Amino acid sequence: MQLIINGKARDFPTTFSVAELLNQLGLTCGRVVVELNRNILAADHHSTTPLKNGDSLELIQFVGGG
Amino acid sequence: MQIFVNERPCEYPEGMTLFSLRGEKKPDADLLIINGYPANQDQLLKEADRVVLIRRGEQPSAEELEALMMARHTPGVHKKVKGSCVGIAGVGGLGSNIAIALARVGIGQLILADFDLVEPSNLNRQQYFIDQIGLPKVVALQENLRRINPGVRVQVHHLKITAENISDLFSQVDVMVEAFDAAEQKAMLTSNFLQRFPSVPLVAASGMAGYESSNSIQTRKVAGHLYLCGDGVTSAEPGRGLMAPRVGIAAHHQANAVLRLLLGEEPS
Repeated sequence: MQLIINGKARDFPTTFSVAELLNQLGLTCGRVVVELNRNILAADHHSTTPLKNGDSLELIQFVGGG
Repeated sequence: MQIFVNERPCEYPEGMTLFSLRGEKKPDADLLIINGYPANQDQLLKEADRVVLIRRGEQPSAEELEALMMARHTPGVHKKVKGSCVGIAGVGGLGSNIAIALARVGIGQLILADFDLVEPSNLNRQQYFIDQIGLPKVVALQENLRRINPGVRVQVHHLKITAENISDLFSQVDVMVEAFDAAEQKAMLTSNFLQRFPSVPLVAASGMAGYESSNSIQTRKVAGHLYLCGDGVTSAEPGRGLMAPRVGIAAHHQANAVLRLLLGEEPS
């Protein structure tokens, strides 16, 4: 499966959910805003939303401080 | 020709000069500002010039204050932002600085929400005073904003912002600002706000701890209507604190992004 993540194409051997992708990339679910095919995905849908070939994601990881 | 004097339109014949205008309108004025810039020499006035005449040290009337406050603005900016409403989630190091910058620029309405009280460790970077320790931050900030620009309508909510109350609190904003401290809260606000109001721009911040270079702090468009200010990586953590200069830089990146959005410009 090929995904476009933050503008870059990446290949993965299997399909999985958004939550599993975040996990693979070492990102903490609660600190990331996910835009999937130009729509913001609610955090409680991360584990139930499957990714498919050609999906485009923007992953915005927040760090603490303010 | 028409000249704006302290924001009021006035008719004058061609050939009118700045000094003769002062002589007529306010002979004791010792600060003359023309089109946003102080003038030291007499000059011919032209159609649509904006002139502000100020007597240093004099307290202006309430109705004159607004025009005098905005005298150093780029002409036309104040009129555009006066009718707008900006929401700020969190009024700590980022939010208190952003609110003050936006009040000084003359935003029409601010909606501020924060659950916290002013405590001593806030004073290293947040826009509060020692005699405000113990007050809800939104109450203290409302008072500080009133002292800066009483023309701004400030609506405050002393509560914790959650996924459930975001829609009620911020339904009327033209631009939304994320100004929290905790990464989880930042993501929660951003994700929920953009889902509910997909056409309203949101300006968030991430990465402004420590005393790394000022120049690594940037404003970027990272998704549809989401703009992110900061370096994206330097988190507050044991051994790396949050201090006024760099937090202030990020806050003012956010404030300028808001201003640009309200003026119809791309922030990044």
